Amino acid sequence: MSDKVLYVMYDDDEVLKNSAKKLVAKGVKIAEVFSPFPIHGIDSIIGVKNTRLGIMAFLYGLTGLTLATIGMRFLMITDWPMNIGGKPNFSYLENMLAFVPISFEFTVMCAAHGMAITYLLRNKTLPGMPAQNPDPRTTDDKFVMEIRLSDNQNISEADLDGMLQEIGFFELDKKEIK
Amino acid sequence: MEFQITKKAKNVAFGLMGLGALLTIIGVALSASDHHFFTRFMASGLISGFFFFALGLGALFFLALKYATETGWYAAVKRVIEAVAGFLPVGMIILGVVLLVLTIADGAHIYSWMDPEVQAHDEIVRHKAAYLNKPFFWIRTLAYFTTYFLFWRGFKNRSLEEDRVGGTELHFKNYKRGALFLVFFAVFSSTSAWDWIMSIDVHWFSTLFGWYTFAGMWCSTMVVLVLTTLYLKTLGYLPNVNDSHIHDLGKWTFATSFLWSYMWFSQFMLIWYANIGEEVVYFQTRIAEFKVLYFGMFIINFAFPMLILMSRDAKRNAGILVFVGLMILMGHWLDVYVMVSAGALGANAKIGALEIGMALLMAGTFIFVVLRNLSKAPLTPVNHPFLDESNHHEI
Repeated sequence: MSDKVLYVMYDDDEVLKNSAKKLVAKGVKIAEVFSPFPIHGIDSIIGVKNTRLGIMAFLYGLTGLTLATIGMRFLMITDWPMNIGGKPNFSYLENMLAFVPISFEFTVMCAAHGMAITYLLRNKTLPGMPAQNPDPRTTDDKFVMEIRLSDNQNISEADLDGMLQEIGFFELDKKEIK
Repeated sequence: MEFQITKKAKNVAFGLMGLGALLTIIGVALSASDHHFFTRFMASGLISGFFFFALGLGALFFLALKYATETGWYAAVKRVIEAVAGFLPVGMIILGVVLLVLTIADGAHIYSWMDPEVQAHDEIVRHKAAYLNKPFFWIRTLAYFTTYFLFWRGFKNRSLEEDRVGGTELHFKNYKRGALFLVFFAVFSSTSAWDWIMSIDVHWFSTLFGWYTFAGMWCSTMVVLVLTTLYLKTLGYLPNVNDSHIHDLGKWTFATSFLWSYMWFSQFMLIWYANIGEEVVYFQTRIAEFKVLYFGMFIINFAFPMLILMSRDAKRNAGILVFVGLMILMGHWLDVYVMVSAGALGANAKIGALEIGMALLMAGTFIFVVLRNLSKAPLTPVNHPFLDESNHHEI
């Protein structure tokens, strides 16, 4: 499927935000924004869906909590009953307090690592993977908005150009995708 | 000024005071012949006196924290914080009277170290007498009260002056004074908790106790700030306070609940783990006599905010915030109740008309004083340097 992509560059995040607002108001669908830092409030403007990373964090945390509980119960109670401050050493529940910090730490560790790895996988940004931003300057001080013609079939390329000329930009780049 | 106390609010405040006074009288009539009556009466006064004083003090601390960190978002709700902090003088008078009566009554079995009889026979109390004696206790209490009062008056006057003159000079003065208050408060919040609360269990000590009390105070204050802001919003005031401000206050409630739970657990677990006789006795009393209340209030103050306030939407929902807020406000009152009663009365403590009556009486007074403070100043600090930032607060 051939497609044409417009890369509209700006040198200020606030200007980009305002332009995005105007374009969206005219019914243009913006596919993506590339920026060296998170632009506050851009998600709701270009209609990015809420992240589901939080749900995954909860599941990873739950996994961590379960693993920690199973592990500690086996190691400290079943396999070799550990003397914890002279307290009864045959019961996990009665020694629960001693296990709380470890459960907590392991939950946090699993949630944090799980989230980080999921994030890198989902964004295809694992170390060594090819970069996806259209212009290396978006990692420095420029901001790029990506508009795909296939997303905006009821708007002609000429119309889009007109809109962009009217709103203003820093640089405009077009690219054919095969 | 722009805020007028509604007739309904006035009726509720005076109704609570009247109901509280009535219940207190009933409580006195029911238990006046009781052997422990005076101790119970004074313990009840100390519980509610300290709890509501702490709400005002927590707000003063929060205000100083915002000044010292030059925070921007809070400018739109600054007057609410100041109004709650404005309860401080009234709270100090009430707590001061309770402490004075306790001192005259030689501690009334609450501060047993004030009793010359105990001093003569108890070696541990004798060893602590260099710190825990009546004159030094009052020197410290007056030092806390004077410091809090002077800082509160300074913040209040400068805030009103800023409305008139503007500029940044007052802002930087507030910044310095805020930081200075935090220095004083860092020491005083700990030592005052030792003096007023921890010395009830005079044989026992915990270095974490001051932070534990402080965390409870802070959490209750955040709840009161959320509730007051939401109340003003429903009346149509504070047009510039949006969902993000409410969300931030909700986050503070959530975070301080965790802080409090963390302190509770740290204190409990370390003492449980080490299992040293003179330390665990504190929790043994509580587990033996107050098992349901002690663990119940921990569940209310920890699990409720954790499970219900975790999601972003919940912190923006007025109904959920009010429900959770009222629950944990009650939970923290119960916390203070157990802190005081377990040491003062042990098995003889109970929550009856006396305790509830005094709490309602104080609640009515608190509501009235806070609303009157709100009506005395404009609700928007017009010349606050970060007001514009706060008006556009969005998270």
